Amino acid sequence: MPLFRNIASMIALLPMIVISLTVFVGCIIYSFVYSLTNSKLIPVFNYIGFDQYERLFKQRKWDVAVENIFIYGFVFTIGCLIIGFLLAVLIDQKIRGESLFRTIFLYPYAMSFVVTGLVWKWVLNPTFGLENSMHMWGFAWFELDWLVNRDLAIYAVCIAAVWQGAGFVMVLMLAGLRGIDEDIWKSLSIEGVAKWKSYIFVILPMLRPMVVTAVVLIAAGVVKVYDLILTLTSGGPGYATTTPALYVMENFFKRADLGQAFAASIIMFISVVCILAPWAFYEFYLRNKYAAN
Amino acid sequence: MNVIPSGRRPKHLTIGRIGMYCFILVCAIFFLMPLYVMVITSLKDMDEIRAANILNLPKELSFYSWPKAWSTACTGFVCEGLKPGFFNSIKITVPSVIVSVGLSAINGYALAFWRFRGAYFFFGLCMFGAFIPYQVMVYPLLKIEDALGIYSTLPGIILVHTIFGMPILTLIFRNFYASLPIDLFKAARIDGGNFIKIFLYVIIPMSAPITIVAVILQVTGIWNDFLLGLVFAGRDNQPMTVQLNNIVQVDYGVAEYNVDMSATILTSLVPLFVYFISGRWFVRGIAAGAIKG
Repeated sequence: MPLFRNIASMIALLPMIVISLTVFVGCIIYSFVYSLTNSKLIPVFNYIGFDQYERLFKQRKWDVAVENIFIYGFVFTIGCLIIGFLLAVLIDQKIRGESLFRTIFLYPYAMSFVVTGLVWKWVLNPTFGLENSMHMWGFAWFELDWLVNRDLAIYAVCIAAVWQGAGFVMVLMLAGLRGIDEDIWKSLSIEGVAKWKSYIFVILPMLRPMVVTAVVLIAAGVVKVYDLILTLTSGGPGYATTTPALYVMENFFKRADLGQAFAASIIMFISVVCILAPWAFYEFYLRNKYAAN
Repeated sequence: MNVIPSGRRPKHLTIGRIGMYCFILVCAIFFLMPLYVMVITSLKDMDEIRAANILNLPKELSFYSWPKAWSTACTGFVCEGLKPGFFNSIKITVPSVIVSVGLSAINGYALAFWRFRGAYFFFGLCMFGAFIPYQVMVYPLLKIEDALGIYSTLPGIILVHTIFGMPILTLIFRNFYASLPIDLFKAARIDGGNFIKIFLYVIIPMSAPITIVAVILQVTGIWNDFLLGLVFAGRDNQPMTVQLNNIVQVDYGVAEYNVDMSATILTSLVPLFVYFISGRWFVRGIAAGAIKG
């Protein structure tokens, strides 16, 4: 192919190429370079090696942030998958009012994280929220002080996030379930396999591509979580629900500690790459290789 | 003689099915509860909110919180309510959607029909950008925009939304165009169509379905964005989500939960409207956005 055959196409793709190089690649390089400096309020190139990373790993706050993102990532991913899959299976049982239920389970996905955070902040309000309701109904022992409890606040974030995202998994799974061949169901019922067993041992493995897609998308979203925590707990109580994203933003815009923020953001980036690389390798390399054979 | 059964299959209400409906109803209650709480809280006055159960229907309807949230609630020192934020969000969303969808359509078209050497390398680079956490790019991008003189301006935020919307939109346009019959393109080539003519007269008229999906994806995404609006829009163009957060969080004096909830509902009206109007298309958008690769 001659190098300049599709000159019009090259011109048309120029914005994409420029943006990919300057923003996606350039920003990472920029962040990495300045993470090796002691920049404070403005980026200055004053090389100090990997000190910022060393400082980062010594921060108690960063430890909490990493711990939180693991808890959040685990609970949110598992929660979305289980609830999303269960809802998809139930909706697939030819129930009455199917489209109504589907609408109900998916509408939170249309809401922003800001709205999600603010609504749950009100519902879980320790003075006026659900706890108060239960007390008024005579369950005096009922406690729901998650938002002000250091150990439980992160789970309140998880609940709000699952509420928002489970419908998305349901839609993906439902699309998978609807794509399953009628004959498989017939042969399973001839064999006399119980329905719940068929779902777990036969159908779920067949939905593996859907599950993998859902997990990767959810996981990529987990690292980014910012708005939800900012509105629901503001990272508190104290810094009990801080996350790497909050840590980075705080150092950029509040504490004027740019070098530290760059270092933390590079660690975030590396962890996303670690999550995505095996999947991307499988998806784009292995699959094409086998497809070609 | 074989009798083919027709009509609806009689359903037996077994214990299993009853249990299933119970579970699905419990889930529906969980998903609807925050919406219900939002709406009824916005219709109560503050005395009732303090005295009564959060789940109780209002004793008498009070609508005063709605106009207050819309036009007089205070964000810091300014008391203009959400109204300016609503119009800012429109000013941001409309051009961002048009620019990003248009650009991505051209990208997808060029990638599907006019491949040149290296095109897919840059496409891969662009897709990679979809997974980079915003925190890595926010600060360097801010510097770039500052150098271009568009930081904290309307064009600045539009450019940012175009950049971050591009990977996924380019992907869905490319996948859609790649699924069109190639003979159509070849015939147009033989008839003397060039890059621009084929796009205008052959491709655009066929792009309606995928454009609808892309527009829905972008309208909800940009309307719900918080982080980018906060950093890049500047004081004069703050979108509704940012202003909502300011109204609710920066509450000097007594917190007015009914006003907060009215403001929250007002902010989610646009995406909810899009969701309820588009229904099936919204689901298709999710599926299209999800199936990467």
